[in-house]
Amino acid sequence: MTSARIEVEHLGYRYAAGGAPALDDVSFSVGQGEFVSIVGPSGSGKTTLLRCVAGLAAPTSGEVRIDGVVVRDVPPGLALVFQDYGRSLFGWMTVHDNVDLPLRRRALSGEERQRRVASALAEVGLAGSAARYPWELSGGMQQRVAIARAVAYAPQILLMDEPFASVDAQTRSDLQDMALSVWRAHGSTVLFVTHDIDESVYLADRVVVLSPAPATVAAEIAVDLPRPRDQVETRAMPAFVTQRAAVARLIRRPGVGTP
Amino acid sequence: MTVGRGVRRSSRRTLRGLTGGLVLFVGLEVLTRAELVSPTYLPPASAVVATTLAILVDPEFLQAVAGTLAGWGLGLIVASAIAIPLGLVLGWSWRGYRASTTAIELLRPIPSVALIPLAILLLGRGLDMRVALVAYASLWPILLNTIYGVRDVDPVARDTARAFGFGTLATLRRVSLPSAAPFMYTGVRVAAAVALIVAISAELVGGGSTPGIGTWMLERTQPGVDRELMYAGIVVAGLLGLGIDILMLAGERRLFGWHHRMRSVS
Repeated sequence: MTSARIEVEHLGYRYAAGGAPALDDVSFSVGQGEFVSIVGPSGSGKTTLLRCVAGLAAPTSGEVRIDGVVVRDVPPGLALVFQDYGRSLFGWMTVHDNVDLPLRRRALSGEERQRRVASALAEVGLAGSAARYPWELSGGMQQRVAIARAVAYAPQILLMDEPFASVDAQTRSDLQDMALSVWRAHGSTVLFVTHDIDESVYLADRVVVLSPAPATVAAEIAVDLPRPRDQVETRAMPAFVTQRAAVARLIRRPGVGTP
Repeated sequence: MTVGRGVRRSSRRTLRGLTGGLVLFVGLEVLTRAELVSPTYLPPASAVVATTLAILVDPEFLQAVAGTLAGWGLGLIVASAIAIPLGLVLGWSWRGYRASTTAIELLRPIPSVALIPLAILLLGRGLDMRVALVAYASLWPILLNTIYGVRDVDPVARDTARAFGFGTLATLRRVSLPSAAPFMYTGVRVAAAVALIVAISAELVGGGSTPGIGTWMLERTQPGVDRELMYAGIVVAGLLGLGIDILMLAGERRLFGWHHRMRSVS
């Protein structure tokens, strides 16, 4: 890790003044081009953490820095993929217009926008669905539209909040591989929140394990698995099984490994 | 497949509607021809239909219809022009909403017909008075639906826009406005029905010489005037209400079909 892209330092967050904190003291960093998973028990404030990184929520204590600059508002060049694709996509727009909308904020020519939308949709295998509406598509296809929207935006940092939690298992593995190929093709820095231990290990270079709320970092585990990863081969490797078990143990008995 | 079934269902519904109308027509006809009801009260249905067809080509009556539609339409436009921007602001700002609810809840229950005398006093008996009353009555459904629509905007949709770097105004324009639009339209559709009632009421109570279905009917309450004319006027007023409702519903389905389909999926 030569240069840290995202630095989270002593981050704390409480929903109401005087209320129970969701995040207690969370610190970790993500290097340029790294794929980092954040995994933790449900209710451990994973989404809140991501919202703080995205500048959508202001931390109660500590800070988030992106490229050394403290995040106070949504930083430029960042894209966010939500779990609720159905609510994140705009029903009054076609798939094409959904992907195109964020590009309108950028100084891009019409042809360039057109080109980016077409190539992003092709990348997620939805080239033929540009003229359809999100609600005409299956859940997995809708989430691909959301990913295409992020891809077309060409973000330096891609944040994903349990993006595959509400699709079926087969679709989930397809989408995981798609996320990996997108990441490889664009070299963006990815922060991927999930509660699925297998998924966190399968995708990432490093897994940050959160303790139950109020969250701290229980451990960071470097994933030592060759790339490109393969749904069958990678998951059958002894190293995958070991690391998966290490994460699972931490989630079940948090506090172990805390410095 | 589904289209075919839809067409069959809607044609069956049309058939049922026509049957109902026919039964009503024959029933009224028999009732009056058999003199079970005095013809002084209720003329035969066939005579009413004939008179309705006659007044529909009578320039004086058509002018009256145009007058009513002018009061109705202008009132709705004025109401929308006030209620939609106001609703956007109040729906967007929680503090503004809290501050305005008392005022809204005090003004809204006033029946608009109770304001007719005041409106006559201030604006006379012409079109201005009618437009003002229609606008007052139409304001509430449009305002409340707009506020509700803006408050109902999905926070995930708003966060999505923010995360892509949209500022407050851009989020309002690109996300809140389109996602609240179906609610605003519903407000206008509800207001359109109320507006017709108020427009004709204002004509009936206000009288005056400005053309309108209400004033036209009022003039036909003089002794010696054919009763059929009054019934024909009622029929046309009813058809006007029906026509407005059908058009507004068709517009809703065409413009905001996505809204209902999105809701039914999720």
